[in-house]
Amino acid sequence: MNWILSAEQIQSGDRSRVGGKGYALAQLARRGFNIPRTVCVTSDVYQEFVISTGLRERILLELHRKDFKEMRWEEIWDCATRIRNMFLSKPFPNDLSREIHIAIGDRFRDKSVAVRSSAPEEDDARSSFAGLHESYINVSGVESILKHIRLVWASLWSDAALLYRQEIGLDVEKSTMAVVVQETVAGDRSGVVFTKNPNDESQGIIESVYGLNQGLVDGTVEPDRWIIDRASNKIVTHTPPERKYWMIPGPDGVRMAELPGHKSSHPPLNSVEVDAVFQTALKAEDSFKMPQDVEWTYDGDSLVLLQSRPITTLRSDKKEDDRGWYLSLHRSFDNLKNLRQKIEDELIPEMIAVAENLSAIDPAGLSDQDLAAEIKERWETNHKWVNIYWADFIPYAHGVRLFGQVYNDALQPDDPYEFIDLLTNTDMASIARNNMLMELAGIIRSDQHLAEKLSQGDDSDLDNKFRSMIDEFIDKFGDLSCSVTGGKNCVLGTGPLYSLLLEMARHPAPAGGDQKSDRINSLKQKYLNSFDDDQKDRAVEMLELARSSYQLRDDDNIYLGRIEAQLLAAVQEAKLRLEDMPGRQASNMLKEVLKEVDFRTGAPHSDQAPNDVGERLKARQLVGQPAGPGIAQGRARVIRKHSDLGDFKHGEVLVCDAVDPNITFVVPLAAAVVERRGGMLIHGAIIAREYGLPCITGIPDATTLIKTGDAITVDGYLGIVTLGDSGL
Amino acid sequence: MVSKDQFRQRLKELFNTQKLAALSTHHSGQPYASLVAFHASDDLKHIYFVTPTTTRKFANLSADNRVAVLVNSSTNQAADFHRAISVTAVGKAEVVDGSGSETIMIQYLAKHPHLEEFVRSPSCALVQVAVDSYYMVKNFQNVMELHLEI
Repeated sequence: MNWILSAEQIQSGDRSRVGGKGYALAQLARRGFNIPRTVCVTSDVYQEFVISTGLRERILLELHRKDFKEMRWEEIWDCATRIRNMFLSKPFPNDLSREIHIAIGDRFRDKSVAVRSSAPEEDDARSSFAGLHESYINVSGVESILKHIRLVWASLWSDAALLYRQEIGLDVEKSTMAVVVQETVAGDRSGVVFTKNPNDESQGIIESVYGLNQGLVDGTVEPDRWIIDRASNKIVTHTPPERKYWMIPGPDGVRMAELPGHKSSHPPLNSVEVDAVFQTALKAEDSFKMPQDVEWTYDGDSLVLLQSRPITTLRSDKKEDDRGWYLSLHRSFDNLKNLRQKIEDELIPEMIAVAENLSAIDPAGLSDQDLAAEIKERWETNHKWVNIYWADFIPYAHGVRLFGQVYNDALQPDDPYEFIDLLTNTDMASIARNNMLMELAGIIRSDQHLAEKLSQGDDSDLDNKFRSMIDEFIDKFGDLSCSVTGGKNCVLGTGPLYSLLLEMARHPAPAGGDQKSDRINSLKQKYLNSFDDDQKDRAVEMLELARSSYQLRDDDNIYLGRIEAQLLAAVQEAKLRLEDMPGRQASNMLKEVLKEVDFRTGAPHSDQAPNDVGERLKARQLVGQPAGPGIAQGRARVIRKHSDLGDFKHGEVLVCDAVDPNITFVVPLAAAVVERRGGMLIHGAIIAREYGLPCITGIPDATTLIKTGDAITVDGYLGIVTLGDSGL
Repeated sequence: MVSKDQFRQRLKELFNTQKLAALSTHHSGQPYASLVAFHASDDLKHIYFVTPTTTRKFANLSADNRVAVLVNSSTNQAADFHRAISVTAVGKAEVVDGSGSETIMIQYLAKHPHLEEFVRSPSCALVQVAVDSYYMVKNFQNVMELHLEI
């Protein structure tokens, strides 16, 4: 079978083998348009690769781990990451490798190429995969081309592509991918042309930038824009941007650079060239009998078409929006760098200051009227920061993902989450809190008299050092009572803190959290050594960004928790007053404001456990994502309401709906962590990894199928929770 | 979360589409597996099969009536790992004869009409497994159990 076809060899029956992009290029070539030298690695090669390496079934197993609809976006990203790594770490079988080496080597041995996706389901008029599958520019050398072919294949399974395919109802089992390999044309002016303006069919649109097209396509370089009247071929408007940057070939791909001054004052196309581009595109439209979206570049005076596809305007706005949202979760390195600056230099210091300012006002000293106003203000402040959390902090988490991808591309490790080890042992606030707890527990452990007094609830006669440590802890992290007794109903007091410390003191200090610095140093060296010298600085920057992003994943909740705690303290004061003096006139004001701030009323998760009468349905093995390696056994402690945390005993398995950093103070006592919410980079997984605990995330109904007291085994290697013993 | 009704529905679908089951018995502690053509009752409380009384499986279950029956939807392809469902029933076997056996036999033959001659042979026995519990494996490693009310 002819696995690789040149554009000239592609026949009309080959469309399903070469994909929309490959087929359109072949038609352009056949009809005399100027296109770069192009070959198509057919979808047969993809099929041969995934079947002969066993990847086909591994991918399907990965995707059928649980119902796709039950997966959160983060879990889908994790799936995509694991699949991408499968492609990266699987070499081509020998016969396939030989054939591709010959076909690619013959044509592009010393040339730089673009490696582009061309999925058979892509670019027809029904669905648009624009931007969802990967393309790589400026790739050189046969080995590198082979690697990038595998990366394009893997992008068939990217999170965004999976979500989109699910949304438009395409069957993942039938998904396949052809790849177009195209000689790079280092055009000095490039752009796209729509032969029909989706908003006004009497017009066409040309957008153009200096350099390569990538900046225009991904939105980082602002283009010049011409609107053209289709009937008269006259330019209706020309909108010049502030021309500042262009994309040029970089060491491995493309890079953005400042546009030289003499170019920035002139549009990339003159009016004759605008006309030439538009006329060529109209010919393509005529040829394909449909309005076209054509990518082109000028190589000197020669106009070269890079691809042509039908304009997909028939799709509903909603789907367009959703695809945009999936894509927006992937931020560029530069975007994340700016976000980091904003978060670290502005938002975090402001959050800390806000919490401090609020704590300076003692609610007990306020009049009812002022207290009501204070509650309102604190509620609004809290609300504002919750919004910032979604708008800036959540997208910033992509820094970890981006680094993971860079790390996996560079090193192709067996464990696609090896990179997380390089990010751990950062100074996370929750770890600092837990270290203080362990230090306090250590003092109690070695002082039996102190332990006895605290057990009796007597803290009147603490020695000064211990007292000041406790005060410092409460000052920094609160007395944990709200976490244990629950939201706005919390009862402030040190009881829960002492109970936790006593439980910790009754058992030896956990071995986890010890210094893994040797391993981390060697991983860091391995990572940096995988880059050429001229790329090392960027690799270091990427690592620093990821560490900051990783740390913030945990800390943002702690900082947010501090602001919320101040709101709760004011609410608490109001409730005390209402209880003490129910008939007072001003109490209505307090009642009103309490109604307004009615949030966090629920426990962490309050689903009822199913009744156990007569016939019994129960879980034996539950599969989630392996999020922390290791095996542990223990009794389950299912956190359904906040007070369950207060009962947590050493050696139990923490089972909860969603671990949030404000409850992870029990983790040093835990044997393992099981979480309903899925993902490798969620708090439960991060904190478990810090303590070296087996962890499984993404088990649907974990808190209803598992009950407190159940003997469970947590297999953090495979992601399987087993309930009960081996008996029937 | 799967409900008991959904669990039962999945069992029925599987039992309706599969003809063969692996039966597990033992002899002095040595496990022994054999293939049987089975039929399950509508209420899922019983699984039936027919076997010559001269067989090892019959001798084994006569000596110890505790048995396991495995039914699965695999098709001997890699895709089985994510697609197939496998169910193990655990229970106690006994020979059914006399008045009730003819009704069961008719139902059994409706599923396996080509076995008419075989099942009517005087050397064969109709065996009923009263199921205590079902263990269903899907998505490769997800296991749920249904313990029937006895």
